[in-house]
Amino acid sequence: MKEIRIHARAGQGAITTASLLGYVYFLQGMYPYAFPNFGAARMGAPMNAYVRVDSKPVRLRSQIYEPDYLLVIDPTLMRGFNCFSGLQDAGIAVINGKDGEVEIPKLSARQKSLVVPATDIAMKTIGRPLANTALLGAFAAATGEFSQEALLEAVKKRFSGKALDGNIASVKEGFEYVKHKYNEVK
Amino acid sequence: MKEFVEGSHAVAEVVRLCKPGVISAYPITPQTHIVEDLAQFVSDGKLAAQTVNVESEHSAASVVLGASATGVRSYTATSSQGLFYMFEVLFNIAGMRLPVVMTCAARAISAPINIWNDQQDAVSLRDSGWIQLHAEDIQEAVDLHLIAYKLAENKSIMLPVMVCMDGFILTHGIETVDIPEQTMVDNFLPPYIAPYKLDPAAPVTMGPLVDPEYYMETRYALQETQKKVLDMLPQITAEFAKTFGRKYNGLVEGYHLEGAEKVIVAIGSVCGTIKEVIDEARAKGKKIGLLKVSCLRPFPAQQIYDALKGASKVAVIDRALSLGSTAPLASEVKAAFFGKKKAPSVISSFVVGLGGRDITKDSIREVIKLLNGRERNGEFIDLKPELLKESYE
Repeated sequence: MKEIRIHARAGQGAITTASLLGYVYFLQGMYPYAFPNFGAARMGAPMNAYVRVDSKPVRLRSQIYEPDYLLVIDPTLMRGFNCFSGLQDAGIAVINGKDGEVEIPKLSARQKSLVVPATDIAMKTIGRPLANTALLGAFAAATGEFSQEALLEAVKKRFSGKALDGNIASVKEGFEYVKHKYNEVK
Repeated sequence: MKEFVEGSHAVAEVVRLCKPGVISAYPITPQTHIVEDLAQFVSDGKLAAQTVNVESEHSAASVVLGASATGVRSYTATSSQGLFYMFEVLFNIAGMRLPVVMTCAARAISAPINIWNDQQDAVSLRDSGWIQLHAEDIQEAVDLHLIAYKLAENKSIMLPVMVCMDGFILTHGIETVDIPEQTMVDNFLPPYIAPYKLDPAAPVTMGPLVDPEYYMETRYALQETQKKVLDMLPQITAEFAKTFGRKYNGLVEGYHLEGAEKVIVAIGSVCGTIKEVIDEARAKGKKIGLLKVSCLRPFPAQQIYDALKGASKVAVIDRALSLGSTAPLASEVKAAFFGKKKAPSVISSFVVGLGGRDITKDSIREVIKLLNGRERNGEFIDLKPELLKESYE
């Protein structure tokens, strides 16, 4: 079983991200359970979305406290709040932001964090600050949970028209960014 | 076909397949997505139903009452305060023997306002005459709607059914769900033909004033029918299994009850988390099982007695209260053993996960740990002691 925790503000598409991430796993024949945790619903409020995935149906319904992977859609959430709380010993965090502007807490030797300018990528590819698909591209490259092609297949089934083109480009750029900058593709 | 789909959307899909003629509801979190999707189906021409916009839940319930009374399959959905605003109408729907089906996206009750999940709303309606079914996961929530209409419209039953699914956890959770084919649904659930209805060509009166000479028999009849559901529901779930291949008992479901010394009794999505903890405990050789109560009304007391009579210790988990008394499910589980020779030595009662307080594996482990000691009566799990010290003065 793998557990993924997404940190965002309400309105930034964390549920869409969790849903798309779960959908990639679903298309691979896995059993994902994607779910949100809202505060009192209002735009801009900190919120989490989660994906728990296994090769058999997921029964555990609690929130995720010790994630294998983290996705931070809004790095301003890292000011004054420990998004890294409970990250597994070999856990990986993918953070939307720019080097130098994001303060990463001290990690254990096996933990990894990758900073990806996903909003910049989205402004270029989609024309709006929708960082989610670029982050998922980066997530695929960083974690090796699924291939870029598997992610693109899910994107193609979820988007159409101009939005599809933009999101395909976002996935590819996010993936390539991690591949080149961190020189690794799992 | 298997889809990766949000619980609310999956329920909207299955309600569409049931082909209701009238849908009326008022938006309330966390139920809203269901009726939003249904309204979209109607406006897209995918469902030939009339959606009636109303100004309140009281009116939504009144609309489906009226529609059902004219012999039309009807549907509504609500949560929490919305369900309570329907309160008097719901008793009328049951009393008038109308087979309305409702989804209750289970949520906590005000005050203070809380939009998150527990089961206080649904459980508080237990005396209303509605049959009350509870889902553990989204697939079961979907399947229970088909079972609900089949049961409600059975000529020997003719009672409304409330299908309860935990708010957010199931309504907003997304997982793999098998949405049935329309032809299979049509075979399982033929069009509704009302045995009696409001019809100007053949006028009848429904729900009129009934004086002391007659009233008590109408309540007796409701009570007798509720008992009949205990036989009918397993027959319908057996037919469901034949058609769709998924097996439900309908009343209760045991998990690792064989040789279980300790058994946890619970309702709804928390059963999934409990099963995970039981698997871990069983791997360590601990004899623990789960009894999931799928049907709260009618209450399957005999089935619960049969399932638990061999256990030495039973923990009943309630996600609702009966303020000033024993927690509702615990109270009824205990009553099932009154006067019986075989009974667990301990039936402890625990209150868990009110108002969205997260229920973790540790919460369940704590219940199991406390089951070792003296009998507990309504022990709250995961309380924050520091908050209890706060005072108004």
